[in-house]
Amino acid sequence: MLVGTRKGAFILQGDKSRRTWKPSGEIMIGSIVNHMVMDPRDHQTILMTAMTGHLGPTIFRSNDVGRNWKEASKPPAFPRAPEGQKGLVLDHNFWLSPGHPGEPRVWYLGSSPPGLFRSVDDGDTWEGVPGFNDHPKWGTRAGDEEGPPDGSTLHSIMIDPRDANHLYLCLSDGATGGVFESTDKGRDWHPINRGLQSDFLPNTEAETGHDPHCMRMHPLDPDRLYQQSHYGIYRMDRAQGIWDRVGLNLPKENDISDYSFPIVLHPRDADTVWVMPLDGGFPLGRVTPNGKPATYVTHDGGKRWKRQEKGLPKSGGWFSLKRQAMTADSHDPVGIYFGTTGGEVWASPDEGESWRQIAHSLPEIYSVEVAELGG
Amino acid sequence: MNVSIPTPLRSYTRQSVVQADGATLAEMFTDLERRFPGLRFRVINEQDEIRRHIKIFVNQTTAEDLCAPLSPDDSVRIIMAISGG
Repeated sequence: MLVGTRKGAFILQGDKSRRTWKPSGEIMIGSIVNHMVMDPRDHQTILMTAMTGHLGPTIFRSNDVGRNWKEASKPPAFPRAPEGQKGLVLDHNFWLSPGHPGEPRVWYLGSSPPGLFRSVDDGDTWEGVPGFNDHPKWGTRAGDEEGPPDGSTLHSIMIDPRDANHLYLCLSDGATGGVFESTDKGRDWHPINRGLQSDFLPNTEAETGHDPHCMRMHPLDPDRLYQQSHYGIYRMDRAQGIWDRVGLNLPKENDISDYSFPIVLHPRDADTVWVMPLDGGFPLGRVTPNGKPATYVTHDGGKRWKRQEKGLPKSGGWFSLKRQAMTADSHDPVGIYFGTTGGEVWASPDEGESWRQIAHSLPEIYSVEVAELGG
Repeated sequence: MNVSIPTPLRSYTRQSVVQADGATLAEMFTDLERRFPGLRFRVINEQDEIRRHIKIFVNQTTAEDLCAPLSPDDSVRIIMAISGG
């Protein structure tokens, strides 16, 4: 498990059963690590976003599964503005996505302020993708200067495994927020937000201005998309092109709603999805309702959901999760994992049917990702 | 000139004080970047501004920007705020 936190990164090593875990590394203690991701194409390279104190944001790379790290020689940065014009300053690197399987060494990154960056050399050097960043309608400058409290963010970069030119990303931004698609490797983009209903918008069904928290594309059925939005859990079958709020099918129990941040897909079954509902009502507690954490799973694409709580606290479990802090492995049965802002990591080796805490007392967790070794 | 390096940047320099050349802060950072790649972007943003919460002192004076003139016997200190949490 690669765990990114507010005060460094941590690696947890699990045995084959995924029931026994031990810490095997602490990396850059004190640095803000939003995201740490292993390259699934070589099971060796790890990239990590890092911001240390007030120093500028950067990327660190490891070619030996996290034993040694080297800083990117050219981290993501916005272009120098012409004389007399105000330029953009990248605040932090937020989201890392390995590129298409047919393009080894290519990575994508989303930043705050929202920018899309690409590396073609394993994350050593990065260039902005001008097709998005300079887009007159949804590019970096088109967004809301304020945005969410931690800044407007570009995230959930998805690459269609069938076609390296086919990309998705999400913007969390007051003015331009939503899901965007490109079919020409990022030269042009269009919103795909039909069906989303964001109650905070004057026009609840506007083309942009939504707030996707996390979006996932199924790796084996890339035309199946799921989104955890500020206003619900949605599914899209790309051919239809309309988001369907499947979160309304969650059972009316335990004061849950379909508000949350992360969303996790089964690696082989496009109809199976996990969420962990959080309190989305005023004053936006963003903790597990009533202190009773549970995951909910669907096996039919969101028509019906089942509560999973065995092993989780029955009371006093005020968990909050960030959008990158829940993930799955590719084993059978699938292991599900989440990390809380309270510094706990929980694991289920049986697809959410039972849970156990595998780490505690870590700093505030920003992300958890599985690193499967050996291919 | 002597340049005092704060602790967070010593992973680049391996020293707390280094020698550098330059007639301005901009030139000095060019010299530092040549010898310690990556250091400049941690202190100076992509718009060539000194990052927030970082101050650079030339002798006893706070430098406002990279145009600050330097002479060979000046003492430069890079200071990071200890705020954060």
